[in-house]
Amino acid sequence: MAQAKTTILSPRLDAVLARRLLGQMALIRRFEEKAAEMYALGKIGGFLHLYIGQEAVAVGATSTLRPDDYAVSSYREHGHCLAKGSDPRRVMAELFGRRDGLSKGKGGSMHLFDKSVNFLGGHGIVGAHLPLAAGAGFAINYQGGDQVVLCFFGDGAVHEGEFHEAMNLVALWKLPVIYICENNRYAMGTAIHRALAQTEIWRFAETYGIHGEAVDGMDVLAVRECVGRVVERARRDKTPALIEARTYRFRGHSMRDPAGAVYRTREEVEREKQRDPIALLTARGLKDGVLSEADVRAIEQNVADAVDEAVAFAEASPEPPASFLFTDVYKD
Amino acid sequence: MGKLNMVKALNLALLQEMERDDGVVIIGEDVGVDGGVFRVTEDLHRQFGGTRVIDSPLAEAAIIGTAVGMALYGLKPICEIQFSGFAFQCFHQIENHAARYRARSQGRFHCQMVLRMPYGGGVRALEHHTESEEQFYAHIPGLKMVIPSGPRTARALLASAIRDPDPVIFFESKALYHAAKEEVPDEIETMPIGRARIDREGRDLTLIAYGAMLRVAREAAEVLREEDGVEVEVIDLLTVSPLDRETISASVQKTGRAVVVHEASRNFGPGAEIAASIMEGAFLSLEAPVRRVTAYDVPFVGFAREWVHIPDAARVVSAARDTLAY
Ligand SMILES: Cc1ncc(C[n+]2csc(CCOP(=O)(O)OP(=O)(O)O)c2C)c(N)n1
Ligand SMILES: [Mg+2]
Repeated sequence: MAQAKTTILSPRLDAVLARRLLGQMALIRRFEEKAAEMYALGKIGGFLHLYIGQEAVAVGATSTLRPDDYAVSSYREHGHCLAKGSDPRRVMAELFGRRDGLSKGKGGSMHLFDKSVNFLGGHGIVGAHLPLAAGAGFAINYQGGDQVVLCFFGDGAVHEGEFHEAMNLVALWKLPVIYICENNRYAMGTAIHRALAQTEIWRFAETYGIHGEAVDGMDVLAVRECVGRVVERARRDKTPALIEARTYRFRGHSMRDPAGAVYRTREEVEREKQRDPIALLTARGLKDGVLSEADVRAIEQNVADAVDEAVAFAEASPEPPASFLFTDVYKD
Repeated sequence: MGKLNMVKALNLALLQEMERDDGVVIIGEDVGVDGGVFRVTEDLHRQFGGTRVIDSPLAEAAIIGTAVGMALYGLKPICEIQFSGFAFQCFHQIENHAARYRARSQGRFHCQMVLRMPYGGGVRALEHHTESEEQFYAHIPGLKMVIPSGPRTARALLASAIRDPDPVIFFESKALYHAAKEEVPDEIETMPIGRARIDREGRDLTLIAYGAMLRVAREAAEVLREEDGVEVEVIDLLTVSPLDRETISASVQKTGRAVVVHEASRNFGPGAEIAASIMEGAFLSLEAPVRRVTAYDVPFVGFAREWVHIPDAARVVSAARDTLAY
């Protein structure tokens, strides 16, 4: 059932798709760069885990979804939330801890939730949201729906028991849940081979008898093709899957180690940056003649404007009033 | 040795206890090569190697469960959980195993182990990275719950915790890690667990605090002296459980008034137990009901409003004034 497929012939790319995928990845990249700046200025609290380098995974995977499908993620979730369609202004306002943020400014960077786009949240506890995805899958089946759930998490979550409990459960109960492990080879400062006895994460699918597959997480088209296939199957016959997207975070774990170069060599980081997912798609689009230099510049300008607007919106939004402390604990 | 901040003071205690006893091992996420999220275990991996300073997978239940197994066979593990908010991932191992092995095996096995965890807010972090959950541990028979208030007490109490034959939950305030430096002697220093300290003497009112709230209590005491001419006695609890009821009662017998300050939320928190203990130990001396100044009974709120949630000196002063005017 399981298979390793690291190289894939990327599917046909047309101009509309190219612009859409590049636009989303560029938006996330710009958003994160700006967030880092704002953090340095003391405007953002929390630790701030940037998604830079991994954009192809969120964008490629969510590009296969219908709006009524679900996505759920960890604390490194700005990218998933934006890719699922959340308003960048409200995401930025949440990072700023402001009243118009997605979580009323009470949640912060790790706790984005957006019901309007079926984004079931960012979660601060590693691995703890994996069973929640299974539950959402159960509810879909129970209600006779045909939506699917995409659940994003890091390689570190595979160390936790909840990964294995959830994997068994979706297999046993046949739930329409796609687990997408973003294997960036480090859990904070711990390299994968120092923490996992089995470093080919997709192989854990074999144990549970579900479909497992590794994909180049730097190639947005490969991610899209792979996830698209398992999403369609899950929609049709409730088959769960485990996808290992091989990727890399270009920045540190959080803003506490902004360069992330203590436990990784600079050479390694530089080498991985050569496979920047945005540059890869741009090159492919230009080569195929579906993107022009002018398209690329226009996209860059658009996302820069959108992110500036998001910052202006966040700045203008008031801090939550002290009375917010007591709301939403029980039904108000 | 000179003046150390709390991180360096804790590091010194770990170093000296590891040198003293080769049964002492450290286990946790990123404690080795990386030196720990807050650098408390810095350099120990280099000195003692990977079998004594163990980088574990990201698996809290496995860390504590494994440490219990080590302790049953005579090792003295010191576990680091990166933030106290993650300890619910291993709560069953703490509550069901570490705390109860002595009782369950009728004294044949016991767990000499320490669980170090950074706790508390005031550092512009989010939810799990800011909470104070000492009440959960203080409630469990078989555990000791220790919270130092500065570099020197942190160093001495950690050494004592490592030598204690029973499991000790050791909370380290993130707000205090780099807050202040104190003179910490070179030679090994220990302090009795279960004993509170009079931080400041006074006759009009007793303020009971611990951890990062000691600073708040001190500040409030100063305001009350300057503005109200009131002499406040401040107790630095240091150990939440077992509670030093004698020291608290003796103080309240003298002052007749007490305010408890903690960062944990209020309902069923340490303040309730302390108030009950004062009722039992100093009832006839009480001039006013015991007041509590605590975080509110809500999940920890985002960084923008954390100072509304965490007790500050103004709230303590106001509660003290109410108590004095009662
Ligand atoms: C249960 C739990 N333990 C520890 C942490 C602290 N922590 C946050 S992220 C992280 C590393 C996670 O690595 P990975 O799952 O690979 O995700 P990545 O950061 O690489 O995206 C750790 C140890 C946590 N948030 N939750
Ligand atoms: Mg990782």
